[in-house]
Formats: sequence, C-alpha cells, structure tokens
Amino acid sequence: MNDALGNPQSVLVLGGTSEIALATVLALPRNRLRRVVLAGRPSPARDAAVTRLSGAGIAGVSAIDFEARSTSEHAALVNDVFDVGDIDVVLLAFGVLGSQDEGEANPDLAVEVATTNYTGAVSVGLRVAVRLKDQGHGSLVVFSSVAGDRARRSNFIYGSTKAGLDAFAQGLGDALHGSGAHVLVVRPGMVRTKMTTGLPEAPMTTDPDVVAKIVVAGLRRGKNTVYAPGPLRFVMTALKTLPRPVFRRLSQ
Amino acid sequence: MSTQSPLRLGEGEQLLTGWGRTCPSLAKVVPVSTVEQVQQCIKESGPRGVLARGLGRSYGDAAQSGGACVLDLKAISTIALNASTGNVRVGAGASIHDLLLATVPAGFFVPVTAGTRQVSVGGAIAADIHGKNHHVEGSFGNHVSEIQLVDGRGEAQSLTPDDPVTRERFWATVGGMGLTGVMTEATFKMLPITSSMMSVDTERCADLDDVMSRMIERDSQYRYSVAWIDSVAATGRGVLTRGDHATADQLPAAKRATALDYGPKALASAPGLIPGGLLNKLTIRAFNEAWFRKAPKFEQGALQPISEFFHPLDFVQDWNRVYGPGGFVQYQFVVPDGAAEIIGIALRKLQSVGAPSFLTVLKRFGAANPAPLSFPQPGWTLAADVPAGIPGLATALDELDELVAAAGGRLYLAKDSRQSPEMFARTYPLLSKWRQTRDELDPTGVFTSDLARRLAL
Repeated sequence: MNDALGNPQSVLVLGGTSEIALATVLALPRNRLRRVVLAGRPSPARDAAVTRLSGAGIAGVSAIDFEARSTSEHAALVNDVFDVGDIDVVLLAFGVLGSQDEGEANPDLAVEVATTNYTGAVSVGLRVAVRLKDQGHGSLVVFSSVAGDRARRSNFIYGSTKAGLDAFAQGLGDALHGSGAHVLVVRPGMVRTKMTTGLPEAPMTTDPDVVAKIVVAGLRRGKNTVYAPGPLRFVMTALKTLPRPVFRRLSQ
Repeated sequence: MSTQSPLRLGEGEQLLTGWGRTCPSLAKVVPVSTVEQVQQCIKESGPRGVLARGLGRSYGDAAQSGGACVLDLKAISTIALNASTGNVRVGAGASIHDLLLATVPAGFFVPVTAGTRQVSVGGAIAADIHGKNHHVEGSFGNHVSEIQLVDGRGEAQSLTPDDPVTRERFWATVGGMGLTGVMTEATFKMLPITSSMMSVDTERCADLDDVMSRMIERDSQYRYSVAWIDSVAATGRGVLTRGDHATADQLPAAKRATALDYGPKALASAPGLIPGGLLNKLTIRAFNEAWFRKAPKFEQGALQPISEFFHPLDFVQDWNRVYGPGGFVQYQFVVPDGAAEIIGIALRKLQSVGAPSFLTVLKRFGAANPAPLSFPQPGWTLAADVPAGIPGLATALDELDELVAAAGGRLYLAKDSRQSPEMFARTYPLLSKWRQTRDELDPTGVFTSDLARRLAL
C-alpha cells in the first residue's frame, strides 16, 4: 500500500532494465519498499539491475520474464505478479528507438518498433489497468516521449508509436478516473541513456535521475502528465503551434 | 448484448478514505441491517475480502480496503439501556452521538469518549478508543462485558472477557481494527450522571515543563484531564483543562429541574472547496494564539456542556477539509514516563520541518488493558495534526518513530497512516499472539484492510 505521504511498498517495472525506470525505483524511499518486480527479457542486464537495486538496500527485488511483443503471454504475467500481492506502482518503461533510416528501408523493422512500443503497451497496459482497478488503488506510470507531441522527419516512426502510446495512456487515465487507480503520463525530452548513446544531444537533454525525481514528485501529487525537464511543457506547446513548413525546416 | 468493460465502476463501488483524506481506495459499500446479511456477505466474500466500516473517523487507512466488500452497519443501531444496572446493549453501527442522545437524559454517560462523538460503537471497540479519563478508567474495551461477533466462517459468536474460552478472542477484537470479524452488538457499563454539565478547572501554563509537572502533580485528583499545547510557540505553552461531571446540585437552582437536558449542535460547517495553502504557519500561529488567549488564566469549577468539554472536534463539521485536497496525517504516540523528554523533542521536530498543527493534545495514560493491539500504555501521549504535503515530513516522522520505538513507545493505529510494518511489529510485542487468535477467528483471511496490507498484519 501507498502510505499517506505517497510512498509505495511495491513496484512492477515493465521493461526491467530501463535506466529511467531503475532510477525511478531508486528515487523512492527505500525503507518502505518491500517488493520490486523487474519484468524483462532474461539477460545479464536484467541480472545486473536486480543486483543494483538489492545492493542499494531495497528489499524483495526479483525478476520475471517478459517480452513486450509476445502479447499472448501478457495476461498470465500480469496475473502472476498481482496474485502474489497488491502492486502500488507499475512503471511501463519498455520501448525501442529503432533507426529511422533502416525502418524506411525495411518496413518490417518499423513494424517491430510499433509492435513493441505501442501494441505491447496496449496489451499489457489494459491488463494492468484492470488489476489496479480490481485492487482499488495504484498508479500506472507510462513513459511516453516529447517525440510523440509532434511528428518529426528525423524520427517519426518512433515518434508515432509514442504518440499512439501517449493517447492510449491519456484515455486509460480517464477510464480509471474515480476508481482509485491512476495513470501518470511522463513525457521526457532526450535522456542520456544507452538508447541515445551516440546520438547528437538535443537542447534540454537530461539525465535519468532528473526524470526519476520528476516522476516521483508527480506520483506524490497525483499528476496526470509531467514533462522532464518541466519547462519542456512550454517548449512543446510552442513547437506544436508552428506552421508545418517552419517546423519541417527546424526538425530536419 | 454488449460487453461491460471491467474498468467501469460496479454497483455500490466508491472511493473511501480515512478522516485524514489521504490514499483513497475503491471498494463496494454494502449496507447491512441484520446479522444474517452480515453472515451472507462473509460467506459470499470474494478474493479481496470483507471489512466493517463505522463512521470513517480513523485518520488513516484502517476503515478502507481496496477492492473489498465494505459493510456499512449504520442500520444496526438498536440501543437498549437497563437503567437499574447501567448496562447498555448497543448495535455496533450506533454512534456515540446517538447513544448520548438516548442515555444522557436518562442519567447515563458513555464510559469513554474520544474528541468526537461521531464514532460508531464497533469502531470504538475496534480501535479501543481512549479519552480524557484514561489515567483513571482505562480505554473503551475495559468497560465492555460482551461483544457479538461474526467470524471469518460467517458464524456468530458471543465474546466475553470472563469466559476462559472466549477471553483471548474478546481481547483480540478489542483494538483489533476490525480484523477479527464483524462486530454486530456490544454490551458495556455506562456511568451514572445527575447533570449534563461538566465542572471544569482551567489553567494556562507558561511552558511545556509547567504543563507536564502540573499534570504529574494533580491529574490523579480528576476523572478527566487533557492539555492543549501551542504547537507554534517555542516554549510549548499550553492550557490544561480538568474536571468531572457536575452534580445536579452544583447547577444554579433554576437549571436543576432540567439538569439532564442535552442538545449538542455543530456550530458551523467547513466550506466545500478550500484552496491548498490556506493553512500556513501564519494562520495556524494566529489560531494557536487565539486558542491560548481564549482560555482563562486560572478558573475553577466552571460549568460547561458535555459537548464543549469532550467534543471540540464536533463544533465544525467536516473540519478535516481545512487541510485542503492534500489531506493530513495525525501523529499520535505514547512513551513511558521515563521518556517524557520525547514530548518536547517531537514538538520541536515538527516545528523544525515547518509542520504546523492546530490541535496538539497531550495526555497521561494509566494502565494498559490485556488487548494485544490496544494502544494505551502508562506514560505520555501526544497527538498532532500535520498537513501531508510538507516536504521532509516523511523523514522527520521516521526519525520520531525511531525515538518512540527505542523508548518503548508506539503509535496509535486509529491515527496511523504511514508507519512501516517493521516499526509496528517492533512496538507491539504481542502481535504474534494476536495473529494466532485472529487466525482462529478468521482462518482464511476474509477480513483485511488497507492498513492490514500496509502493516502486513
């Protein structure tokens, strides 16, 4: 259960090796956490994530196999996790960036990005939402992206999956309104992680720790949407009003 | 035929919180009016279980249970007073308010009352509430002679403290936060009175030491005693009020014929929408200053109506809304006499994080009763309201928890909404004994609450 000061006891991370999600778990008060489940593909990175959280003094860290694209397995996975006990916070943090150029050349690769980022999220997100509503409390944090705010020539395959995910998460939040369960949509700008290694840094690029702090504060205040860093909200509002030709030239 | 989404709210589903308005959870609220209906709900309970809820005056998550079937026993409220013995048989859903309306004119007062009369009899036993008379008369459970309980198998049983077979179950239910079953009725002894007025002595005290030494010196001479502490003043000055029921002949001659008239009223209702931040250090400082000045410096034998003396929290309806949408926590702990310095430390700690409090109350407890989860134990208890959104509050309260636990003290479950399961287990050493009895009464774990989940009860 969350306590009255907004501190959760149990967390499920979908995309258990996500650096932003791990930073978020580490930003929660550690002395209240009793169960953290990292759902992801079996890998040395997942083992390392378990070790890292346990090493940071978090109790009850475990891993479970999860593949975003294997949607037929999602129902069993979600039920397995929730049948053990209530989950206070679910971080939906899986996703791939893909390569825009390769996707344009080989649409099968673009479909993989879409299946992971959007279809997988719809599949697991709905199942999580039902369990949160059934337990009568809990938060689902959906990691969207400012890339979904407006399609850009340079990354619209990825951006469109995040646009779809973002719209899905907003609607899900409205569906759960008044149910005790709650959805927080997080729209980070560019974050320094292994996903973005080697890419040129955009303005207002930030670190996982900064995103994590914003997520934890947003959870505590029951927010519906947060940007990370916060001022990106105004930048994106302005960018969305630009005429297409201007924006096209800006975002080459 | 169209499919109903599992995300839509079902019949009777609503969000419940405690009085502090933090951490809502969704549950199906089912009104029940007979013992048979209670039994049926328990026998048909789903995986999320069943919990009885009274008037929702516990501050944290004790009377809510996400996804569960929450029973509303308001309709189980029969009051049968035996005026020759002073014993009363009351439906668990009746409130202390209802009970006083029925019994004060007949010359009887409840053996124990909290700062509000909006407490159900079931809730009073489940939390084993205490009042200003704890130092002489103990908590609510001390006065109860029988509890009717529906257990986890749906079987009705009668529990008494004298029967060796039911003794453990009786005391596990007293203070058991509704987790041993659903109480449907209780019998307890009322206090005979000859007037509905109180005779009250009031003293303003210059600082915390002054308050505490006056309490140590003379509390034993009064049936009722409590101190209000100015949580904003660095000195910890306070107002001590002590007294007893006035006898009819203490009243002015003109009032003696109507000595037992009783008509409590709420004076005002808090507005529906209160902006966050209205309660700040300035407004709370002003309130505390006014509350201190309002009290006479020294006064003896002043006559006060029952409600004014016992139920200051009932003068403003829905006063819990003044803390705004973020809600508040009430921190109440007890420490043994030998650790009295923790009272001052706690007040300074709350001041240091800028956690202002309106009604900070200090009281001395007498002997504990045998209930494993009952809160009171001999020593000092302090209760302070704090808005939940204050930065640094979580850490400050965790640090206080540590001091309280190390001193052999503990927190009150009816107020708690944030302690850790480790803190709870450490400070209630009879927990495993209680669990054993609870498991006998509820072998399949039908009864649960958000509090039970949070504290891993």
